[in-house]
Amino acid sequence: MTGTIQNRETFLANIAKQLGRSPKAELPRPTWQYQPQDGVLKDATKDELVEVLVKQCKNIHTDIVMTNTAKLPQDLQAVIDNYGGQSVITWQDKRFQDYGLSALMTTQWQQANIEHYEWNPQQPEENIRQAEKANIGITISEITLAESGTAVLFSSQERGRSVSFLPEKSIILIPKSTIVPRMTQAARWISEKVRNGENIASCINFITGPSNSADIEMILIVGVHGPIKATYIVIEDQ
Amino acid sequence: MAMKTSEDRFNQRVTKELDNQFMRGAVSSAQERFQTRRLQQAEELGHWEEWRSHGEEIRKHVLENLDYYLYQLSENVSKRGGHVFFAQTAQEATDYIQGIAKKKEAAKIVKSKSMVTEEINLNAALEELGCEVIETDLGEYILQVADHEPPSHIVVPALHKNKEQIRDVFKEKQGYKQSEKPEELALYVREKLRNEYLTADIGITGCNFAIAESGSITLVTNEGNADLVTALPKTQITVMGMERIVPSFEEMEVLVSLLTRSAVGQKLTSYITTLTGIKDEGDSDGPEEFHLVIVDNGRSNILGGEFQPILQCIRCAACVNACPVYRHVGGHTYGSIYSGPVGVVLSPLLGGYDDFKELPYASTLCGACTDACPVKIPLHQLIHRHRQVIVENEGKAPVSEKLLMKAFGLGASSPSLYKIATKMASPAMSPFTKDNTISKGPGPLKAWTEARDFPAPNKDSFRDWMKQRTKGGKS
Repeated sequence: MTGTIQNRETFLANIAKQLGRSPKAELPRPTWQYQPQDGVLKDATKDELVEVLVKQCKNIHTDIVMTNTAKLPQDLQAVIDNYGGQSVITWQDKRFQDYGLSALMTTQWQQANIEHYEWNPQQPEENIRQAEKANIGITISEITLAESGTAVLFSSQERGRSVSFLPEKSIILIPKSTIVPRMTQAARWISEKVRNGENIASCINFITGPSNSADIEMILIVGVHGPIKATYIVIEDQ
Repeated sequence: MAMKTSEDRFNQRVTKELDNQFMRGAVSSAQERFQTRRLQQAEELGHWEEWRSHGEEIRKHVLENLDYYLYQLSENVSKRGGHVFFAQTAQEATDYIQGIAKKKEAAKIVKSKSMVTEEINLNAALEELGCEVIETDLGEYILQVADHEPPSHIVVPALHKNKEQIRDVFKEKQGYKQSEKPEELALYVREKLRNEYLTADIGITGCNFAIAESGSITLVTNEGNADLVTALPKTQITVMGMERIVPSFEEMEVLVSLLTRSAVGQKLTSYITTLTGIKDEGDSDGPEEFHLVIVDNGRSNILGGEFQPILQCIRCAACVNACPVYRHVGGHTYGSIYSGPVGVVLSPLLGGYDDFKELPYASTLCGACTDACPVKIPLHQLIHRHRQVIVENEGKAPVSEKLLMKAFGLGASSPSLYKIATKMASPAMSPFTKDNTISKGPGPLKAWTEARDFPAPNKDSFRDWMKQRTKGGKS
């Protein structure tokens, strides 16, 4: 369904008039004189980018765990224990199985009395209710920005926005292959999708650590409306 | 709250704010921290001047082609199921949003921080309908509970309040029982607002950057409140100033990199969110209905004129944090929701010279703002230009300056009078002079010497000195 557009013609005609010309119907993509963003971490190897990411996590109050697919279940469990277990909400995402987490998420959590809720497109209201009461939310980064320590999440019907926002603690899995120098590479990748006519996710989150504020006397408070604590788990996947 | 935040006269505001010792301490330490962090980030990033030039060229290009990009944006928002409303005036914008609130029978509305909604006085329009409007940014929420106090800083709205005052506001208004520790205050607000997000009928946001090519809006926060405001209520309304737009994700990325470093000295804030249209089919969260309201409200009058560069602004407040005048008088003195150098330039343009004619004089023209600006707006030149307009076209120069200039004009237009005047200056000022400076000047000098000393006139005039020098060959 397309939306309505109101008052556009007069509004834009007025802008063109102020600019001293008639309205513009076509414009080629601009070429820029400056492109400083390409130089940042230009020649860094993947391992060097991981180092940058690890270092940046200190600045953004985020724990980071390095692991591989074999060790992932036990390392993830350690973070969950550290966060007090109780209840976990995850996306409905085949990648959890690919990373060998099926046994952990089903039998082991049941035995350990950890409640697991998997996002279910058929139950929109229940999804929000569960996300609101879950202690921990687990999501997966699509592309990860070393410079700023940022995970990027794409929403979909199986991947609700609330999983990374409502629970008190957030765990984001970061496949090592997704790590790039900075936001520049993510923006280009998304721009390409747009130019290819793909529908990009209705919500793209660039998440850099837990929520925080310095609104009271400029004193940093970690944990405001979103998660209070965050951990990245980097998985060696190549 | 509309753009104008005070009915007091400018001088009354200055006097009052200069006496506010907590505010002055808070502002100067905040300025130092912001400045240090901004400079550290710029250095760490490297090639900062190139980054600024790139930011500038993007913003200039967008303004030159604004009609094209707004057209493209509206097409793409509509393709993804969003409604777009172009509002020429504040009234048109608030009427449209009131219409949505009525149709939705909205009882509760949650909002994330937005300067343009302050500018168009949206909260009052919605409260008129009986809606409960809740600001969710921590600083904005504090001010709202404190009987709608105006913000004193674009990025840290409650900068002028200390934690004890904030505790007392919550105690008095909401029966808050805990301490003044910032963590406890924040946790209290977190719990209080959580339920509001879940039960609100409408979420309202501003817009840091709209992306024309994809029809997306970008929201930049640290608290995560904008994400809850847009994920949970069924209807989302985003209000944007018409110039807050970029061609594609690639330019958004550059401006966000400049914004977060310049505003708070972070590489990126905790949450940068791009939202495109309504939620996708089958999504459980996100809005079923999305309205984008694009506001002119005086901006098009700036376009095409000599003040056009101010529309490059990305609202980072780096200029505010660099300004020596802001440091002393704080945000409330400006009497506008836009304070500091950007407020000095923007407020008279959007709100008229009648209410804001003094603001261009709240500047030393030192140019620190221009140096700090990540998109290279020549702020101090625009401030200077305002003064020229005020004197030349508006006839509204402050009285003491007018007298001074008139006297100087009279004296300077006649050689003999000029000679007498320069000879007389030293003895005439001697009663006011101590150690070669004047700290309590009479008449037109009073306004100047209230804030700083004025050098006493030399005993010899330059002409006399020159004459002596040519006569004697050496001085």
